[in-house]
Amino acid sequence: MKIKVLLASTALAAGVAFAGAAQAGEVNVMSWGGAYTKSQVEAYHKPWMAKTGNKVNSIDSPNPATPIKAQVEAGNVSIDVADVEFSDAVRLCDEGLLETIDASKLPAAPDGTPAAKDFIEGGLTDCAVANIVWSTIYAYDSSKVKGSAPTTMADFFDTKKFPGKRGLRKTAKANLEMALIADGVATGDVYKLLGTDSGVARAFKKLDSIKKDVVWWEAGAQAPQLLADGEVVMTTAYNGRIFGAAVGEGKPFVVVWDGQILDFDLFVIPKGAPNKELAMDFVRFSTGTKALADQASWISYGPARKSSGAMVGLYKDGKTKMAPHMPTAAANLKTALVNNFEFWADHGTELNEKFNAWLAKN
Amino acid sequence: MSDATLTQAAQIDAPITAADGTPLRIALARATRRARIRAFLLVAPLLAFILVTFAFPIAQMLYRSVNNTAFSDNMPNLVSYFENNEISGVPGEAAFAALVADLKAAKKTRKVGVVGTRVNYEFPGTRSLFTSAGRKAKRLQPPYKEAVLKLHKHWGSVRLWTTMQRVAQPHNLAFYMAAIDMTYDDAGNLVSVSEDRRIYVPLFIRTLWLSALIAGLCLLLAFPVAHLLATLPLRYSNLLMIFVLLPFWTSLLVRTTSWIVLLQSQGVFNDILVLLGIVGEDGRVQLMYNQMGTIIAMVHILLPFMVLPLYSVMKTIPPSYMRAARSLGATPWTAFWRVYFPQTVPGIGAGILLVFILAVGYYITPALVGGSSGQLISNLIAFHMQQSLNWSLAAALGALLLFGVLVLYWLYDRIVGIDNMKLG
Repeated sequence: MKIKVLLASTALAAGVAFAGAAQAGEVNVMSWGGAYTKSQVEAYHKPWMAKTGNKVNSIDSPNPATPIKAQVEAGNVSIDVADVEFSDAVRLCDEGLLETIDASKLPAAPDGTPAAKDFIEGGLTDCAVANIVWSTIYAYDSSKVKGSAPTTMADFFDTKKFPGKRGLRKTAKANLEMALIADGVATGDVYKLLGTDSGVARAFKKLDSIKKDVVWWEAGAQAPQLLADGEVVMTTAYNGRIFGAAVGEGKPFVVVWDGQILDFDLFVIPKGAPNKELAMDFVRFSTGTKALADQASWISYGPARKSSGAMVGLYKDGKTKMAPHMPTAAANLKTALVNNFEFWADHGTELNEKFNAWLAKN
Repeated sequence: MSDATLTQAAQIDAPITAADGTPLRIALARATRRARIRAFLLVAPLLAFILVTFAFPIAQMLYRSVNNTAFSDNMPNLVSYFENNEISGVPGEAAFAALVADLKAAKKTRKVGVVGTRVNYEFPGTRSLFTSAGRKAKRLQPPYKEAVLKLHKHWGSVRLWTTMQRVAQPHNLAFYMAAIDMTYDDAGNLVSVSEDRRIYVPLFIRTLWLSALIAGLCLLLAFPVAHLLATLPLRYSNLLMIFVLLPFWTSLLVRTTSWIVLLQSQGVFNDILVLLGIVGEDGRVQLMYNQMGTIIAMVHILLPFMVLPLYSVMKTIPPSYMRAARSLGATPWTAFWRVYFPQTVPGIGAGILLVFILAVGYYITPALVGGSSGQLISNLIAFHMQQSLNWSLAAALGALLLFGVLVLYWLYDRIVGIDNMKLG
């Protein structure tokens, strides 16, 4: 195929960089960088390397799902394992770009519960194994908010009660859901409503009410930075990033869990991965009960296995209890919405077009 | 004509020979060919490099904008059905049988998602029709039409079938239509997309307009600087030149983020305004995350591309021309406008063209400081390359941008003349 030749040439540079590393006994793991990758290095990579004697090369990417398509189509795959979002895992799997992962070969929980039952519902698909549950929440700077503190999603959209700029991720996903929740829609009806033109119009109308006050962010690290700079008084963010800034760096940031949107991150193996067998072993090890529980002591993302929940202890500072900071903590789950990957796989194109058009209009 | 003149003519026509007896023409050709081959071998590495890393990938990407085989490669039975039958409504059993056969095969090769994604580009909301039908295809029994319609009522939609027929053609202009905000209605006619989805045309216009504005602002700022550089004594102008070049050598990303530090509402610039009492604490000016941010940062970043060609042209203008004009009675303005300015036109042309073309393709700076109103078309191209993974649409948008720039280049050549340009 001609396309293959093209992509082979463009992927050549990346290939050269990894070629030396991709020998027996090594796996290349691509993840999101920053505090998140660090938590994986500590909880997955190091113990696996110690146990098996193999080497893990950690590679950062702003979104590990993106290079997979290019590499597989070029027939020059250098990534063995990638950490991707749910909707990307489903899409890549449907397009035949991923190896299938046999869920029955995943280790059982310590009490003997098979993996298929141990993972949170939806955490296992044909090609992907979930490692964490993360969420999009909003957070505010308690030193900048005067008077009463915001507690609900509606407060985020209420610039009269809480004046000041807002930070939002520059994408349709999560923003439309949050707008509807703020507008009083029950979490159970959000996706049904978003499937209709009037529901989408209602969400955009709600977003319109704060549009002139929004500062848009794209990379996960930008959100806490906007808060720290005082550029916004509240921003949506990935909960782990706010936790890192608040607990890790002592910033006066407070997370509001109302209307949080839950999502999985999953390990996938690109089709034609050079060290497929080792990659499978790495995935099986890393998504084991203990590894997932260990990771949770480095960053406040919930483990995808139910059996890991009880083992989650203290943050690396040795005193902060992790449990209440987890998106999966019972108190935080009350009004949570689980991201509907199938809805986004179906409507993502159209809604992002509408979102981009809405953004471009002044 | 006599025999004598004929002989004479033959003698003149006889080829002049070189020392070794070969005709001079051939010897000359041989010598120049050798020189040409040597020259070619010298540039061959660069040529090969450019072909492999630049021309070839661009051509492949452009080809993607008109060629998308996602549907035709994976649904062979339906493709041949569409070739032999005209679709005017929901087709009969034969079409549904072909659909089910294709879905079964595609499920095995894990290509159902590819097919669904392709149709979904044209008819949003249909992707899961294909993936869910693919999962169930093995269990379907004839009559297939009834069975498939039972899966989801959308399979009975005329628009779905006309869309499938259209995307069954591997070569089509659908992505170019999408790139100019056009779509096909239920009956397959070209129409504009609804108001709330119109985006690419307004963004193309904004990109061209902002690029022109940035080029104009660069010219206004760079002209006096370049003039100063060209006329100051060497030891001062060298220092000034460093001030121009230092930011030029600094990373684009560093300069853009420096502007964020300066311009944000809690930034240096606003702090100074508040300190001086010009604005109150609540009245901080929004200088970035909007069009203003894009313009300020891009003018600064692109300024050296205007200063350098202007400087190189101004350096060659003898100061005596201006003195002569003045001594002949011209006012300072007349001397500048009638004598000095016309001689700088090649530099202005080069600078404007450079800055404009660079600005049209700018991506990082508007992404970081542009907010929503400062986005350019390149940000949307990046979106489709990296996030929606709709490479064909990204290629079509890129091709339109390339074509637009070529047209402007051609216009420039017609109006100003490309030979008139001086790059340095």
